[in-house]
Amino acid sequence: MNETIILTLITIITAATPLVYASLGELVTERSGVLNLGVEGMMLTGAVCSFATVHYSGSATLGVLAGCLAGMALALLFAFLTLTLQSSQVATGLALTIFGVGLSALIGQSLVGIAFEGLPVLMPELARIPAIGKLLFGHDILVYGSFALVAATSWFLSRTRAGLVLRSVGDSHDAAHALGYHVIRVRYLATLFGGACAGLAGAYLSMAYTPMWVENMSAGRGWIALALVVFAVWQPGRLLLGAYLFGGISILQLHGQALGFQVPSQLMSMLPYLTTILVLVLISRDGGRIRRNAPASIGKAFHPTT
Amino acid sequence: MITLHRRASPSRTMGWFAPVIALGLTLLAGLILFAVLGVPLLKAFQAFFIDPVSTRYGLAELGVKAAPLIMIGVALSIGFRAQVWNIGAEGQLILGGICGAAVGLYFYEVDAWYVLPLMMLAGVLGGMLWAAIPALLRTRFNVNEILTSLMLTYVAALLLSYLVAGPLRDPDGYNFPESRLLHDAALLPRILDGTRLHLGAAIALGIVVAAWVLLSRTLLGFALRVNGAAPRAGTHAGFNQNRLIWFVLLAGGGVAGLAGLFEVAGPIGQLLTTISPGYGFTAIIVAFLGRLHPVGVFFAGLIMALSYLGGETAQIDLNLPLAVTGVFQGMLLFFLLATDVLINYRVRWGRR
Repeated sequence: MNETIILTLITIITAATPLVYASLGELVTERSGVLNLGVEGMMLTGAVCSFATVHYSGSATLGVLAGCLAGMALALLFAFLTLTLQSSQVATGLALTIFGVGLSALIGQSLVGIAFEGLPVLMPELARIPAIGKLLFGHDILVYGSFALVAATSWFLSRTRAGLVLRSVGDSHDAAHALGYHVIRVRYLATLFGGACAGLAGAYLSMAYTPMWVENMSAGRGWIALALVVFAVWQPGRLLLGAYLFGGISILQLHGQALGFQVPSQLMSMLPYLTTILVLVLISRDGGRIRRNAPASIGKAFHPTT
Repeated sequence: MITLHRRASPSRTMGWFAPVIALGLTLLAGLILFAVLGVPLLKAFQAFFIDPVSTRYGLAELGVKAAPLIMIGVALSIGFRAQVWNIGAEGQLILGGICGAAVGLYFYEVDAWYVLPLMMLAGVLGGMLWAAIPALLRTRFNVNEILTSLMLTYVAALLLSYLVAGPLRDPDGYNFPESRLLHDAALLPRILDGTRLHLGAAIALGIVVAAWVLLSRTLLGFALRVNGAAPRAGTHAGFNQNRLIWFVLLAGGGVAGLAGLFEVAGPIGQLLTTISPGYGFTAIIVAFLGRLHPVGVFFAGLIMALSYLGGETAQIDLNLPLAVTGVFQGMLLFFLLATDVLINYRVRWGRR
């Protein structure tokens, strides 16, 4: 295969991976009936925490773990406010993003301008196979992990009892409560899973995608991840497709100039955002489709006594 | 464990006290943050809350920063009451700045009274145009306005960055990405000598009053409130939901656009790659801190303006990063949302 095509495909994979993680986490959170708009904040905090951990400890494993935990810590804060204290999910999610952007900039101020060699390739021997070796085996563990996680989540949601409980909590919390399921507990766990995934997405950004820390480096990917969940009509399989579509569009701006498009770089950079809007229009214009697939209780507070 | 017991009706006392408690908790958390960062507490307190407003110039600066926050905060709070989540005010602000400045640059060196009013009009229209996109998509195609208005903010920022590097770049500016300086007739008059306090601050006050009249004295205001509290009741009462969405988004966009023009024709005086330190986002916090009431938003705007000024002073005096301001603002919003629980519930410790 042509060398440039392979390189392009590889960059698509690296651009799509953080979107896969972040949107998959949000998908599970939303399936339990919780709308967390703080993905961007959790992602940034995850990114800076994992980068700082790698920088000070030298261990990539610890770095990934730190990103994960940082995302979960913010998600826990969100869950406490919305699930225990019954605050508005929309407003709290916005607060989480504003807080996360500030917190990550504060933590990262001494880390700006430091580079890091990036995550190691998982299977270096196989990656040396000519032609397709690099494309199939030349990635780090987080890339393979993202595929595994999509498969596992899809299986969990549609094939396990726990997944069924999670979906029932998201579709009708009153019915789930009447059946004796712990609505709040399930939603806490789903929100924490979402936080962990957003943190992983952040870790991938600062450790693999561009191995360094830059303020606001997620550049709206957290919000695009939210749109991807709608695009995927809450189905993990379609999510993978959507993330790779967006990965492809976002690298257009990098390769556009090389391919001879005479368009200013700023206008090319608008593409992912404009595509997001376009995709939302295409999906949402059929209101029935959203209603059939969206978790029925999404965004609604649950209090056992009401 | 905490248990919550729903009150029979929301507590009015707590409606007033909750924001005060939240402010107190934010201060406390701020002190802990400073202690962790190793900053002497008294000096930090002074840098944040005393120094910025201890001079006449400082007080005027408070007005300069509060004006956009209050205007946009008031406009957004009307939308939030109607459950319309326009969170792209930052983008609408940028578009207003671009359109207003473009008109100012078109009339470059034209010394006439009509230049500034035309710029204001262009600013309002620019913001409205940007807000009309989510309004159209929401009413026509059922698209969530949160995501579209936010995506358009990124697009607006890129558009500004493209324009100041290209078509609107200062021809004699050695290729720096900035526009020409606006000429005198295109600048807002100062209302306090020796400071940067401009006409926009007075207009912001007018917008507060107008919003108060709209919400408490007109049928439209009533329709907005009903629609937010009980959308189905609103529909049965014959209030057209789509028209309310259009109104709220256009009003928010227009005001944000005007605020953007005020930044460009006021403190900045030209187009730069960034024309706002996130006023459009902070205004969301301002709206909530003011409990979505115009008078509350006015005071909330002053408080948040102080957090910007304090952040700048602390950066210079104590070498603290500017990001501290963002952390403060985020914490304040968290505490506000958390203390809101006191209004609708009694909080008890221990098992139910």
